[in-house]
Amino acid sequence: MDSNIVVAEHAQAAHRAVRHHFESAEQQRDASTVGMWVFLVTEIMFFGGLFLAYFAYRHAYPTAFASASNKTDLWIGAANTTVLICSSLTMALAVHCAATSKRMLLVVFLCLTLVLGSVFLGVKGYQYHDKWVHHEIPGQNFHCEGCADATHTPLFFSLYFGMTGLHATHMIVGVGILLVLIFQSWQGRFDAAWHTPIENFGLYWHFVDIIWIFLFPLLYLIDRSGKGLS
Amino acid sequence: MITAPPPVEVEKNYINAEHGLKSWLLTQDHKLIALLYLISVTAFFFIGGLFAVFIRLQLATPTGAMFDSNTYNKVFTMHGIIMVFFFLIPSIPATLGNFLIPLMVGAKDLAFPRINLLSWYIYIAGGLFTLWVLFNGGVDTGWTFYTPFSSSYSNGYVIAAGLGIFINGFSSILTGLNFIVTIHRMRAPGLTWFRLPLFVWAHYATSVIMILGTPVIAVTLFLLVLERGLHIGFFDPAYGGDPVLFQHLFWFYSHPAVYIMILPSMGVVSEVISTFCSKKPFGYTFIAFSSVAIAVFGFLVWGHHLFVSSQSVYAGMVFSVLSYIVAIPSAIKVFNWTATMYKGSVRLTTPMLYSLGFIGLFTIGGLTGLFLACLGMDVHLTDTYFVIAHFHYVMVGGAIMGYLAGVHFWWPKMFGRMYPEGWSKLSAVIIFVGFNLTFFPQFILGYMGMPRRYAAYPAEFQVLNVLSSAGASILGLGYLIPFVYLIWSLKYGKPAGPNPWGATGLEWQTASPPPTENFEITPVVTTEAYEYSTEEVVHVG
Repeated sequence: MDSNIVVAEHAQAAHRAVRHHFESAEQQRDASTVGMWVFLVTEIMFFGGLFLAYFAYRHAYPTAFASASNKTDLWIGAANTTVLICSSLTMALAVHCAATSKRMLLVVFLCLTLVLGSVFLGVKGYQYHDKWVHHEIPGQNFHCEGCADATHTPLFFSLYFGMTGLHATHMIVGVGILLVLIFQSWQGRFDAAWHTPIENFGLYWHFVDIIWIFLFPLLYLIDRSGKGLS
Repeated sequence: MITAPPPVEVEKNYINAEHGLKSWLLTQDHKLIALLYLISVTAFFFIGGLFAVFIRLQLATPTGAMFDSNTYNKVFTMHGIIMVFFFLIPSIPATLGNFLIPLMVGAKDLAFPRINLLSWYIYIAGGLFTLWVLFNGGVDTGWTFYTPFSSSYSNGYVIAAGLGIFINGFSSILTGLNFIVTIHRMRAPGLTWFRLPLFVWAHYATSVIMILGTPVIAVTLFLLVLERGLHIGFFDPAYGGDPVLFQHLFWFYSHPAVYIMILPSMGVVSEVISTFCSKKPFGYTFIAFSSVAIAVFGFLVWGHHLFVSSQSVYAGMVFSVLSYIVAIPSAIKVFNWTATMYKGSVRLTTPMLYSLGFIGLFTIGGLTGLFLACLGMDVHLTDTYFVIAHFHYVMVGGAIMGYLAGVHFWWPKMFGRMYPEGWSKLSAVIIFVGFNLTFFPQFILGYMGMPRRYAAYPAEFQVLNVLSSAGASILGLGYLIPFVYLIWSLKYGKPAGPNPWGATGLEWQTASPPPTENFEITPVVTTEAYEYSTEEVVHVG
């Protein structure tokens, strides 16, 4: 117990970021990390509902899904996937720079992540606009040129917009948080001793990236030829 | 028991540490946030209760004297939405759990105090959405929001009501997240998992359901809003979708949600019974693990809500068997509580009366659940008053009895005052009688075939309905009495002292009301929980 108090006092002196109800900086970082992982579990369940809907309907209406998936632009989607994976790399490098107290490099990598994330969102916006122009948004004016099984084709597009829209919302939130983190990094708030927000945001960013890694094959790649999956 | 330094009544406590509205609305103290929740869930309880009064008035006569069918649809919908999402789900976790978990694990606060405050504001925002819906004409889908009625045909404010619940869900998620991290990372030195009070185990299991289940109802309502608002369809056959998928997604959360309501009550009852028998609970590990088992199996039974919804009969058989299995951990708890009382020196205090009521009513609610888990029986009973009676025995007879047991048990800790013992025992008895008179006739009505959610019924059902309405007025009176004497006790109650019940547990080692930091010095735990003969909680400086 005595040692704990000593540790706590030491940590208080060592870093202003330790809040009063924690015994030590280590306990605080531990708690934040566990909290972040628990949050990501809730996010998995959140997307899980949409993934379930996708699998149920894909299983029920394979023809509709195969022909409708041809309406997605494979190459733009692939390029965007690359952009997003690169943003995960720059994010990982940013965490490394924070852990090694390299302030300028941290700011640079966070900015790169911001730029790549924004490019992804811009391209996604372009693709949405394209769908709008071609009346491929479910609703009254929905029309899918050359799609098989007209009754169930809208489901593919509903899922496309539901899943990528929810993903994009997470990206937008991420970009907002990035702006704050860039500002705070610039001020020199993070160093080797305390950079939990950078670490935890990294977890979030990679999570959003991984969601896309699943969305891309499900919406763009699987059975584009319509030959079936067997 | 060795306690050094002895807990002394301190002038400064968490309530009078600071003054003014700002100190309440911007507090990060888990105890004050618990009181904010206590006030708000009580408000929602009485709003939801008002709609219950309307329902019972309407059903006092066969033709329905008060409302036309459309209005009646809105009345039972608002009753369901408010009671389920704004009272029952946050009731124990957000008030008692919030207040007690840091105290029970010997911490100064929850792991994330700001997130804790945020969760209350989210709850209020969701509640305001719901109240807006209420004052603008309501919603008529039932609390279950089944598609395609909710997405394509209903004339109510489905989107606003859905958003209210969607927003409120995040408050539940954040509470669960906070509890899990606190229980994992903030325990006092020496407080191992198997020294934790059973209340904490129950809340751990509850939190697991909150973080795994709530996001699914959130995304389900998100899809419902997309379908209704933007015609981006998922469930309506007009868009190629399948309404049964909605039911699967909805019940994937909403069945486990009944365990969010009942598990914390079970935690309360475990504490109360152990205290008032001055005995270690019989089979501590069994009670602890049965909470976890309920949380796990609770996720695998949602299909029993779909026995008549075109679900495959083979899926129905599996869900039926799994639903029977979830009765096992529930029964373990009931047996263990009973065994704890056996040869104990039972003190019939108010919390104990509520807990005994809980055991009896929860047993009836649980066993009638098995009737409904039975495929053949359910075809006859589905959507009848039998279902209504069943889940009110679990939620009102179970969850609310547990809530009142907990409020009475920890009230002296929260406010440092005792309530009048005579009045509180009287109201416990009134509530028990009123509850049974309200809901037992509904079992019979349902068995005779009276469907739920109807504004009128054949004349031969009137006697039982009048009994039920009469019971409801007794029950309502029973709920008003504690409301009055508890508030009275804040000023006029006898000072309670740190440990009025002679209970073990860290929360009783500190002052009543506790100081803002909970403990003067972080306690070190050297013994098991509930050591009524040789317990030893040492404060080392």
